[in-house]
Amino acid sequence: MKLKKGIPLIDQGNSLGFWGGKFGGNFVPETLKKPIEDLEILFNKLKKDKKFIAERDKYFKNWIGAPTRFIKLENLTKHVGGAQIWSKVVSDANGGAHKIYNATVHCLLAKRSGKKIICGDTGAGYAGKMLSMAAKKFGLKCKIFMGAKDIERQQPNVKAMKKNGAEVMPVYSGSQTLVDAVSECMRFWVANCDTTAMCVGSTVGPAVFVRICGWSTSQISRELKVQLIDEFGSIPKKLKLYNCVGGGSSSFGFWNEFMDYEKKQCEFIGVEAGGPAKSKRHAAPLTYGSKIGILHGAAQYVNQNSDGQIEETESISAGLDYPGISPLHCFLKDTKRARYTAASDEEALEAYKLVTKYEKLRPSLEPSHAFSVAIREAKKMSKSTIVVVNSCGDAYKDKKILINRLGKKYA
Amino acid sequence: MLNPIDLAFKKAKNENRPALLTYTVAGDSTKKQSLVILNAISKYADILELGVPHNTPVADGSQIQTSAYRAIKNGIKIEDIFWIVKKYKKNKNSKPIILMGYYNMIFQYGEKKFLDKCKKVGVNGLIVVDLPWPENKSFIKKCKKKSIYLIQLLSPTTSKERLNKIIRDSHAMNYFISMLSTTGGKLKVSAKKIMSNYFKIKKVNPKKNVVIGFGITEKSIKSLKKADGLVVGSAICKKISVSIQKRQNPVTNVANLVKKLKYKIL
Repeated sequence: MKLKKGIPLIDQGNSLGFWGGKFGGNFVPETLKKPIEDLEILFNKLKKDKKFIAERDKYFKNWIGAPTRFIKLENLTKHVGGAQIWSKVVSDANGGAHKIYNATVHCLLAKRSGKKIICGDTGAGYAGKMLSMAAKKFGLKCKIFMGAKDIERQQPNVKAMKKNGAEVMPVYSGSQTLVDAVSECMRFWVANCDTTAMCVGSTVGPAVFVRICGWSTSQISRELKVQLIDEFGSIPKKLKLYNCVGGGSSSFGFWNEFMDYEKKQCEFIGVEAGGPAKSKRHAAPLTYGSKIGILHGAAQYVNQNSDGQIEETESISAGLDYPGISPLHCFLKDTKRARYTAASDEEALEAYKLVTKYEKLRPSLEPSHAFSVAIREAKKMSKSTIVVVNSCGDAYKDKKILINRLGKKYA
Repeated sequence: MLNPIDLAFKKAKNENRPALLTYTVAGDSTKKQSLVILNAISKYADILELGVPHNTPVADGSQIQTSAYRAIKNGIKIEDIFWIVKKYKKNKNSKPIILMGYYNMIFQYGEKKFLDKCKKVGVNGLIVVDLPWPENKSFIKKCKKKSIYLIQLLSPTTSKERLNKIIRDSHAMNYFISMLSTTGGKLKVSAKKIMSNYFKIKKVNPKKNVVIGFGITEKSIKSLKKADGLVVGSAICKKISVSIQKRQNPVTNVANLVKKLKYKIL
């Protein structure tokens, strides 16, 4: 299994949509074959279409607010005393997280295909919030599927979705979290694919959804590359890119443009959700060696029992609370291009405390996982090493959890 | 020698009626009870589909989900499902059995080992909801070697070109999904429209049996009786759920429902 240079990773799958011959694919009911094929044809055409790219860039710049900031965390760097710690503040993007890129592109595609309704899944509520914003912007009706447990713990985003005119459909089956929301959203699409477009909220699902999402979030690394060159004159000799990984959309987007660099120069570190320190449950299939299985239309490493039933996950962060992982990350793991590790709930909370103590930055619980590992590892690195953490979401949505776990002064 | 599935269709055709196919979830609500249900409905149904419950079913509506979650909660494991089939096949009035489920369960068990086990306990056919053509090409061949039918699903969204290819590679039975829906949806298209789609499929290869499923209930079954076979699933699962709620006996209630369904298509 090998990565190819000079070809975007999203286009390195085989004719059946498998990366490395075994990750991804299209394990879908027959009814979805046609709409997926239609979407593939449309996407393959438009991603080469200069007019479409110009349109995308226009919305990315004027509406989403590209580029998001790239800042040095001076105080945190001093406190940690090792590598230089920087952050790409993707939470600057309109709506407060990277999910806006994928949502915007899906709405543009839906418009081109003549669909009037768009449905989507959400965990932390960001994918849903952004899809509701984009749908409103582009005049589409919007339906968001969200686990009942997540609705309870991510209220600010639920309110935002409703304010944008989206219909929020609570999902009560299974663990009532992201995994069930994605299943329910796919079921809705099965029954309504003639009138409705579907947006999968991360680099998961049938191959074309993995590709569209990766193509969209790659905006992050396109910006970062320019910003790095502006700041240092060239891509630093020792660059470490830390990102949290749930489904894997922000991390993939954060790394994509650096894919062809040697690992020695640009290292990718993915941080999964390890769950509560005392619990055996987690949302870290790559770190803890889960077996390959099929989830939501794609082959991937996934938490499951010996019978092939998908296992429930546990994490303080709703956005990372997913038993599977993008086929792209499975591929990056097996080709050893990226390194994956996990942070526990408690470690993420500690990192949040530390970052907010020293900096004017409020990373949500998802990127706090990445900060935790970055801070731990930066200590042992030279001053010439550049550590960049993608702060891909804002903590506003986590208010309730933060008050609960850390007390009012941290919320 | 004819596959028992072919024999079942032949027998129904001789009686000038469609074959009646039922769907129940293995282990719903318990391992033993689902076996008793299979035995009880064998008198009326021609082919029995047995659902392999999975906890992320992307194509099943609420009724079948409820049954599947109930079975999983009550501890059903894949080995138990083979046990149910094995026991059931000892019944001298047993009917052909089709296991219906999602690919991950087969993938984890191992394709070869799974088929060996199916053969051993007497499974006659398989429906794998999320392993469509062409992804299932190699699996079709493996099934063929064991004389187990891999039943292909066809949908109103399946293009003409694709239809031809799928049917070319298919075994002697295919399954037409009546409408754009998960299982158990309300029948939102007319029987006439469904039958017109059905005959288009039939025309590709008249020798292969085609059954219609999704959304078929006591009310609608009669209007589709020109098909080779009709599948009722969610309505039966619902009957089990309601029986449990009302503290009635699911076995007699389900048997009565299947009996009524049978009379509607005579």
